[in-house]
Amino acid sequence: MAAPYELSHLRALEAEAIHIIREVAAEFERPALLFSGGKDSIVMLHLAAKAFAPARVPFPVMHVDTGHNFAEVIAFRDLMVAQVGVRLVVASVEDDLAAGRVADDEGPRASRNRLQTITLLRGIEEQRYDAVFGGARRDEEKARAKERVFSFRDDFGQWDPKNQRPELWSLYNGRHKQGEHIRVFPLSNWTELDIWQYISDEGIELPAIYFAHTRKVFRRDGMWMDDSELIPRLPGEEVEERVVRFRTVGDVTCTGAVDSPAANLAEVIAEVAATRLTERGATRADDRISEAGMEDRKREGYF
Amino acid sequence: MEMLRLATAGSVDDGKSTLIGRLLYDSKAIFDDQLEAVERTSRERGDEYTNLALLTDGLRAEREQGITIDVAYRYFATPKRKFIIADTPGHTQYTRNMVTGASTADVALILIDARKGVLEQSRRHAFLASLLGIPHLVLCVNKMDLVDWSEERFEEIKHEFRSFAMKLDVHDLTFIPVSALLGDNIVDRSTNMPWYEGSALLHHLEEVHIASDRNLIDARFPVQYVIRPQNQTDRTTHDYRGYAGQVAGGVFRTGDEVVVLPSGFTSTIASIDTADGAIGEAFSPMSVTLRLADEIDISRGDMIARRKNQPHVGQDIEAMVCWMSEVSWLREGAKLAIKHTTRWARALVKDLQYQLDINTLHRHEDAVGLALNEIGRVTLRTTLPLFYDEYRRNRTTGSFILVDETTNTTVGAGMILAPASE
Repeated sequence: MAAPYELSHLRALEAEAIHIIREVAAEFERPALLFSGGKDSIVMLHLAAKAFAPARVPFPVMHVDTGHNFAEVIAFRDLMVAQVGVRLVVASVEDDLAAGRVADDEGPRASRNRLQTITLLRGIEEQRYDAVFGGARRDEEKARAKERVFSFRDDFGQWDPKNQRPELWSLYNGRHKQGEHIRVFPLSNWTELDIWQYISDEGIELPAIYFAHTRKVFRRDGMWMDDSELIPRLPGEEVEERVVRFRTVGDVTCTGAVDSPAANLAEVIAEVAATRLTERGATRADDRISEAGMEDRKREGYF
Repeated sequence: MEMLRLATAGSVDDGKSTLIGRLLYDSKAIFDDQLEAVERTSRERGDEYTNLALLTDGLRAEREQGITIDVAYRYFATPKRKFIIADTPGHTQYTRNMVTGASTADVALILIDARKGVLEQSRRHAFLASLLGIPHLVLCVNKMDLVDWSEERFEEIKHEFRSFAMKLDVHDLTFIPVSALLGDNIVDRSTNMPWYEGSALLHHLEEVHIASDRNLIDARFPVQYVIRPQNQTDRTTHDYRGYAGQVAGGVFRTGDEVVVLPSGFTSTIASIDTADGAIGEAFSPMSVTLRLADEIDISRGDMIARRKNQPHVGQDIEAMVCWMSEVSWLREGAKLAIKHTTRWARALVKDLQYQLDINTLHRHEDAVGLALNEIGRVTLRTTLPLFYDEYRRNRTTGSFILVDETTNTTVGAGMILAPASE
């Protein structure tokens, strides 16, 4: 039994995240929550629902849609949005493509990852959001390890890692001028394992692709890529059926699956606890651009 | 499983990165792909050894210049505890970063090179740890292998440090002789120092008692947000009015007689709500929603406390302030925004009593201002009353930040000492 007045690490992380989410609702005029249908954004939306119960979540969710989605994830997104009762705003990369604001990369390794940033910033500007929640965690990536909970973005949505505001105690400074905004990361102190244990504790539902299933895939850069018509094959890339699951969920063209027999939460938790690879290292092509791939994208306004 | 926040201070020369690297590696918190990336970069840079500092120096500029610019957060867990390390750089912006990392820490880890002994830097680390109210201080005397595992040398350093620490507000001081490079007394007890009878570092971090560090006596609830569903169709929540916040001290129970500040109205707690249902009691740092028996006008920035145990209420406070701006000074007459718990106000710097030299603890009473990384004692007058406790009694209701109203950046961190006399 826990000692009196002791809070488990998951409950302490939950209390911290709820505190952060409420600070934003109280101090900003137009916040929004970035929702991709991935596990971190699902946990974040779950926490937002808990923060304001029995009232509704007092801000909308925004999905930056690359148009390259896993169908299961989009279906799940719509279901969850309806369950929680929040308004969904979709900012679509395809709108920016159609309007000629951006152009697709060419070739078999083309990705819309960088284009997302343009769409995200356009969405924020059009909707006049002054605070945007993201599900990023500091344990994910070394540039993110330096990120504040309240992260200031200038008129261009840029992050300046060398000039961040000191952040002390739980006193967050969200002051900004018109046109600037704050990115807010309530899951900063959570690890991948914390996320999974919390999902298990709370009985949170996830898209099925997080669990082991049989899928047609092909090998590229050490990852199993989905046999999707959105990814042109390179010579020698053969499609095969394997039992896999996804550790992260993003754009189809840059998210790889891993071999895994973990078909339920207990098995996933055991697998995550024993893994020797980070989730982004194992499954994200977008981080492999360069050693500072994440930092460079974050400077441009990526989340 | 409990969570422990650890702040480390020191520079690469002390072996700090090696020590953190070893803690992370031995607890399997460094992954193979991270290690490979670090090994690759080390080779490319021509380092003679795998430079574990690269694990935390995540920014391009940091790797290019070989320095740490900002606080990095690292995570690891053992079956007993989850640990958050705030790793603060040793040189540039030292004070600002250490104060940031230390503000929420339960334990401060300070490294001393056994060959060099207690340096000015070690004293500075210890002083900041005590100023920020970190309850536990662990002094790792590192590189014991280079002093022949000498008990005498260890005792000498211990004695020297203790006599300095007596001047500080440090309650729990632990000394551990280690070799971070060889792993002695980090995860496993050293066989090279049989004379040392204490725990290895990791074991100490797993066992140090932190639950009673929280203030469980003075019940404090800064109101963060008012929850009113205003759902016309749902009769169960139609009249719901709850005050959401995070408990900042003490224990609240259903039925407790409470006072609401600043109005002074009293009521009783009708219910302590969470999304998982009502609970009988709430304590720090739980985020809950309080409902009161009486309808009182309460808004964000107000404070709920026990009727018979109330915080100070006032607009004149004495505080230690650490100044963090690169471009401006803190001077008498300055006007700044202040955030204290959930309340924003404006503050006037009425008096700078002295600037404290953090190396010698000398008070410079003739100081005309505080520059970047300087610490001093000030008297502030605020536009609204604050509901506060002394920082040493409560780190949440005793702390505040100062914000420049033109640039909106955070320029000062404050720790309240007492109400100011008129």
